[in-house]
Formats: sequence, C-alpha cells, structure tokens
Amino acid sequence: MTWRLGLSAAYMTALYAFIFLPVAVLVLFSFQDGRLPIPPFQGFTLKWHAAVLADRDLMQALAHSFLVALLSSALALLLGFLAARGLANATLPGAQAIRAGLTAPLSVSYLVIGLGLLASLNLAAVPLSLWTVGIGHTVINAPLCFALCAAAIGPREQQAERAARDLGASEARIMWLVTAPMILPALLAAFLLSVTFSWDEFIIAYLLSRFDVTLPVEIWSLLRSGLNPKTNAIGSLVFLVSAFAFLTAELTLRRK
Amino acid sequence: MTARIEIAGVTRRYGDAMALAGVSLTIEAGEYCVLLGPSGCGKTTLLNIIGGFADPSDGALTIGGQNMVGVPAARRPTTTVFQDYALFPHMTLLENVAFGLRMRNVGRAQRHARAEEMLALVNLAGQGGKRPSELSGGQKQRVALARALAVEPDVLLLDEPLGALDLNLRRAMQGELKSIQRRVGATFVHVTHDQEEAMAIADRIVVMQRGLIEDEGPPERVYRAPRSRFAAAFLGEMTFLPATVKGGTYHTALGSLGQADAPEGTVLTLGLRPEHIGPGQGVPARVIETTFQGAHRRVRAEPLSAPGTELLALLPVGLDAAPGDLLSLAIDPAHLVPLP
Repeated sequence: MTWRLGLSAAYMTALYAFIFLPVAVLVLFSFQDGRLPIPPFQGFTLKWHAAVLADRDLMQALAHSFLVALLSSALALLLGFLAARGLANATLPGAQAIRAGLTAPLSVSYLVIGLGLLASLNLAAVPLSLWTVGIGHTVINAPLCFALCAAAIGPREQQAERAARDLGASEARIMWLVTAPMILPALLAAFLLSVTFSWDEFIIAYLLSRFDVTLPVEIWSLLRSGLNPKTNAIGSLVFLVSAFAFLTAELTLRRK
Repeated sequence: MTARIEIAGVTRRYGDAMALAGVSLTIEAGEYCVLLGPSGCGKTTLLNIIGGFADPSDGALTIGGQNMVGVPAARRPTTTVFQDYALFPHMTLLENVAFGLRMRNVGRAQRHARAEEMLALVNLAGQGGKRPSELSGGQKQRVALARALAVEPDVLLLDEPLGALDLNLRRAMQGELKSIQRRVGATFVHVTHDQEEAMAIADRIVVMQRGLIEDEGPPERVYRAPRSRFAAAFLGEMTFLPATVKGGTYHTALGSLGQADAPEGTVLTLGLRPEHIGPGQGVPARVIETTFQGAHRRVRAEPLSAPGTELLALLPVGLDAAPGDLLSLAIDPAHLVPLP
C-alpha cells in the first residue's frame, strides 16, 4: 500500500516538474547575476528586470500587446456573444451546421489562419499594422467566445428572454438587460481567455505586423542576438500576465 | 384594462402532428377562462397562440377587436405567467415587477411605486429588495403574477401557474387568483389539467382533447350536463350505461330510469355521477371494492341484473360496506346525463 502511494506521489512530482520546470528555470535565471541565463546560478540580482523596464522598445511592444489583446478580445466577445444569442433563439434551418462552422476554426492552426489573412490583406491592399494583428486575433478568438457564450445560454436564459419579450422588451434590450447579465461569468471568462491567447500569440502577430510589433515578436527579435538574462526577465513578465488572466478566467467560470 | 378574445377556426400543425385541429372560441372581456385537458390536448398551444409565442397555421385571432395574427408578443395587450416563473435572477423583486414598465419607458420613481403596489397586491409588500433565489416556489409564483399584472394587460395568460405548488398552497392560490382577477378586471386565460382547480376558479371552462374543444361553458353546466363523454369523464368520475329511449323513459340493463326528452328509439349513453347514486330502494348490487375517502365511502358495485357493468357510488361513511356485501342502490332520476 505504502509503496503504491509513494509511486503515485513520485509520478505526480515528475509530472508537475515536467510541466513547470521550464517556467521555474526561466524565472530563476532572470535573477542571474551574470551574462548568461545558464547554470550555475551565480547570485541574485534585479538588474535584468530593471533593464527590461528601461528598454523603450520592449515597453512599447508591451503597450501594443495590451492594446491589441484588450481591443481584439472585446471585439471577439461581442461577435461571439451576438452569434450565440442569435443561434440560441432562432430555429433556423441548418442552425447545427452554422454552429459547427463557427466553432470549427478552433481546430485550424494559427499558421494557416495567419497565412490566409496575410494573403487576404495583400489582396485587399490593406497595409500591415497593429490593426491587422488585432483583426487576426479577433479571428482566432471569436470562435472561442462563441463556444463559451453558446454553452452558457441554456433553457433558463431562454425562458427569461421569453418573459422579457412578453413584457415588451426589444431584442436589443433583452440582450443587454437579461441575457448578458445572466451569463456574465461566461462573458468574463471568454474575454479573459481571449486576452491570454492574444497576449502570447506569436505567429499571427509576426506575419501581420510591420513596424509596430507586439511583445512576443519583439522578444523573438531580441532572441536572435542570443540568450541573456534580460530575455528571461521579459519572459517572466509575459508569463505573469498570462497566468493572472488565465487564473481569473478559471475562477470566474468556477464560481458560476 | 380588459378585452374580449375571439378565436376562429385556429389550427396549428407541428410537422405531421395536429396540435390544434380547428378551434373556435369567444372569451368575454373580464372573464376567467380555464383551458382544461390532458397533456397534449392543445391547451398550451392555444395559450401560446394567444400570447404570441406561436403562430396559427390557419385561422383568425382578435383581442379587443384587433387582429393579432403576426403581431409579436411584445406588442400584444397580453402578458404571461409562465409555468416555471421565468423570473430574472439577477434583479431584485422590485426590478422584476417594474421590468415591463421600464420597457414602456415609465420613470424610475413611478415604476418602482407601481411595483411596490403590485407586490402588495400579491401579499409580498416590503420584500422588493430580495432576489428571486431567496423565495419559495409559491412566492416566486406571486412575483411572476405581479410582474405580469404591473403593465395592466388586457389579457393575462397563465400557463399551469399552480402546477409546481403543493395541494394546500394550490387551493389557497386559486382563491387568491380569482379575487385578484375580480380586482384588476382583466381577462384571465388559465391552462391546467386539474379539473378541481378549473371548477374552483373558472367563469368558463373549455375542455379540450386532441386539438379540439369537447365542451365549453360555465363550470356547473359543463359538470352537470356535459356535451361529450370525454368532457363528462374528465371533470369527474362517472358510470356510463347504454340506454334506449322507450315510452318516454330510458331503458337500461338496470330497468327503466327517469324521463327522456329524446325521440322514441334513440340509442344513447347515460352518465351517472357517483354522488347521485346512494343507498335506497332500487338496484340490488354486489360490492366489489370500497375506498374510504374521508367525507364519504366510494363503492364499486356490480348490479345483479347486469353482470359485467359497474356502478360507482358515494355512500355515507356511516354505512358499512365490505366487498361481497349486497346493497340496494337508488339512482337519482333527476341527475341522469344523456350523452351521445
């Protein structure tokens, strides 16, 4: 009995180590008092973090990332919510197919979506900018927002909508005053997950940006000049923001 | 404040199924009308058509003289009390009740004052700050009623409103519904499958089956002189006897009964309510089964002259009867119900 328990514990430890060791190493060597973020650990310093905060290019890319994440997530949420609301009510012929069509892009690789968007934007003669990155992130996050909203709109929500309609509410007011408040946890979770995905998305951001870039793209160009603890420091920062948004989303959904 | 509802030749198909097979009905303004029938009889479909939640496949519907076919629920002079209440969980009771007025752009102070009044009408005065999740089923039902009445609809639709309540609460709410209806004066259309509930509150009962109206009229008339065998049986227990009109009376297996108006030789069915069969000179019968029901003893008995038929009688509790006993049962000739 004891050895089996021990084995399980060892397995679990190994599993967590496997998952979290890279992040732990990344964070640890961002404090490296030396030129290279590799063992041995030579002592503790905050100078690389200070260097990150003092780097104007990095800080600008960080601001871009925030902007793109917030705006594209808001737009993706709006589109996803409207689609979910529309499909929940209408007894459209082929509603099932439309639903499948809206969620299917979740399984398409970002590379393919990015290349497709690049080709489309070229065709439409739209110059690449942060806006086009935002469009790309809206495209990848709208299906996710749709799926989460559609799952949240159940019979209870539809009954309440029916009652609101009966009391004279317009469709817009039903959405704003009844549906959205009733599925608020799902809306918040969808938004925060979208922010997470947009925040550390690289391929689309790389393909669709030109002079103004987001943080992952900036980090990538930093990496081309070789490893140094500064990249670890900025990596820790990215991780911190992602983890925060993801945990908040997870907790919001849990509480529901 | 109140309006007359006219339904003419309304049908409703769902695929191949006929939910309503041609229903015509006039409900007077200010009437309390109950649609009664087993599940699947079309009563809820009819309510949905009046409320604007379903469209008739064919036929006409007017409320207060206005055509309603194609008019969305939001623009009808009707509101609904839903079976599962459908309260807004994220709003207080006051906000729930004031919602309809808010949609009509009534100012905040005014609509909240009105909502307070409505909560008082349903005995929930001073509880407007609560959330629906803090209420019992009966209280939720009251809030749903107050919410629907707050906009002063001409017609209030109630979809099995008491179905989820326990028996005592249901009986109490029936009385309340009726008195609220008298006070607000609106036309009430109430769907139920409970015939006691229907008789207790209705001015007009509409008995439905398979998408058709079997009988409609005041509860007493429908109970005492139903127009169809289905309506007769749905409103209460009944013994059915085949009969032929001969010499101005009904000839049955139990002998000649009562006085017949129908022409000589007509073959029909006689309905006998159990409360009109009691102890006395008449039909000797052997008791098959007795059930003690508190106020009376329900007895199933087989007449000696007609083996195979069964009489259902309500006897005084003081009268002892056990299976196998021989009883003499008297049939009240004044209450025979001739049925086609």
